[in-house]
Amino acid sequence: MLAVPTKTQSSRTWVYAPVVFLWAPRVWLFLNSSFLLSMQQKKSISELQEIARELRVHIITMVHKAKSGHFGGPFSAIDMLTALYFYKLNYDVNNSTWEDRDRFVLSAGHTCAALYSILSKLGMFPKEELWNFRQLGSPLQGHPKMKLEYGIEMSTGSLGQGLSIANGMALAARIQKKNYRVYSYETDGGAEEGMTWEGIMTAAHYKLDNRCVLFDLNNVQIDGFMSDIMNIEPVTDKFCAFNWHVIAVDGHDMKQLCAALDEAETIKGKPTAIICKTILGKGVSIFENKPKYHGTPPTDDEFKTALKELGA
Amino acid sequence: MSEQPLNIATRSAYGKKLAELGKTHPEIVVLDADLSGSTKTNIFAEKFPERFFNVGVAEQDLMGTAAGIAQSGFTVFASTFTMFATGRAWEIVRQSIVYPHMNVKICSSHAGITVGEDGASHQIIEDIALMRVIPTMKVLVPADAHQTMSMMDFLVNDKGPAFMRLGRADVPQVFDSSYQFKMGKGDVLREGKDVCLFTTGFVTRATLDAAELLASRGVSASVVCLGSIKPMDEDLIVNMAGRHDTLFSVEEHNVLAGFGSAIAEVLCEKRPSRLYRLGMQDEFGQSAPHPILLKHYKLDAQGIAESVLKKLK
Repeated sequence: MLAVPTKTQSSRTWVYAPVVFLWAPRVWLFLNSSFLLSMQQKKSISELQEIARELRVHIITMVHKAKSGHFGGPFSAIDMLTALYFYKLNYDVNNSTWEDRDRFVLSAGHTCAALYSILSKLGMFPKEELWNFRQLGSPLQGHPKMKLEYGIEMSTGSLGQGLSIANGMALAARIQKKNYRVYSYETDGGAEEGMTWEGIMTAAHYKLDNRCVLFDLNNVQIDGFMSDIMNIEPVTDKFCAFNWHVIAVDGHDMKQLCAALDEAETIKGKPTAIICKTILGKGVSIFENKPKYHGTPPTDDEFKTALKELGA
Repeated sequence: MSEQPLNIATRSAYGKKLAELGKTHPEIVVLDADLSGSTKTNIFAEKFPERFFNVGVAEQDLMGTAAGIAQSGFTVFASTFTMFATGRAWEIVRQSIVYPHMNVKICSSHAGITVGEDGASHQIIEDIALMRVIPTMKVLVPADAHQTMSMMDFLVNDKGPAFMRLGRADVPQVFDSSYQFKMGKGDVLREGKDVCLFTTGFVTRATLDAAELLASRGVSASVVCLGSIKPMDEDLIVNMAGRHDTLFSVEEHNVLAGFGSAIAEVLCEKRPSRLYRLGMQDEFGQSAPHPILLKHYKLDAQGIAESVLKKLK
């Protein structure tokens, strides 16, 4: 129903008013529809940095409160995951099962404090839920338990499995002839699991260019530095040899991360691995690059120091 | 005119039925790990190549990928040899398929000693145990082609993870085409009064034949086929226990933690009884043509009848 020009000046208002009245809500709905959501969500570099800082506070707080859980990995992950969720990922917070949404699998499930803090920031569930992390009955389990309403796409926790699962989602997209992308978060520790490489082969074999891996390379595993325990380098060479497109970035540089995510979307015929050089515990000086902070909650003093350094 | 008996392997019935279901169920996706010729998923693959994926010799990847496809709304059938599906990939089945309740049907072939000449490395006799102890997992073991196909009618409409154990070797049919499988329900194949023989899978035919042999020796045996191992027909088990002095379980599987043990768990609580478990007596298999193996491990009709009589002495 279009506005019809009328003969006189004064009557024009009477024609246009109902048009605006009828069409404004539809335009508003369209702008808020999933189709344009990704454009709305694109945050600036400084906004992304600020979000990551804030989420570090949430991460350390929830682990401290639970007196249990992992924060070292989440601190090395949070920058890349913030870039993913607040710059690139296409989804609808009001419709978590929107069939054309981009998918994300947190293959290293122990870094779930990072994922939960992001999902809460997006509004998928109330912030107060974070303080029930790892408590009896909480939907925020110690390692992710699938809950689509919260944006948790899959149960993970045992390293090595998520990459294959994400490949499955990407194959499903192909069968459905849909254009959504499937991202997964991998770690160097998780890549010690042989199954990871099975998945890496599969993604390349099936030319899953709708797949993108964010690979957290912090050189830390539980028993020490990976270079001492079980060396996995050279990682970028390995992915290249496995026929992936590889982009190497500083995992704490938002500009590089966003550029890499953009580049990944342009690659045809190959999946993309964004190899992110990171520091375990990044953001709080006393934690940085120390294996002991992989899976031990902070003491009260450490927690205080962390909050101070994070500006909370 | 009576129907032709369908004396084919359960894996063959699976492959045939899967391709038929593929026509009317566009939501079915099939995965294999380089064994589609043996598991018979190749029949589906040929007809519906866009819904079939081979991951090569990577059974953990098989199960993880299956989980991802199922998460996106498809009904996935994942096949390989049972040793690798339930052994090598056990943890992935547990973590990525069953725990998040993914709609993946693990229909793996070459279970038990009837694998034959490939030998012990390929003769899994622990799979029923491995799968049934995963919380909420369903475990189905068909005795013949007809039961396989009827089970698949159930599986395709059931939303959630399940394991179906298939065999390599041809097996004479036990049921006919009118058979309708019911989840959690067993089938009384023969009514007797002295002993009750609980059986499942490939050895069902031999157990029935053993019952005939026992009859000629003055022992009247009932034969109950339990294709649904989890959930199990507890009422039928208790009922049978009430009507027979001695019970036997017969399985192409280790007697530890498998089919017989599942029955024992029910009996202990609901109707304590004497149950003898026939099967692989906690030993590995070996290479030989499968009829020889069955005879060697006393899982042919003669062997079963002899074992029963021995226990009854």
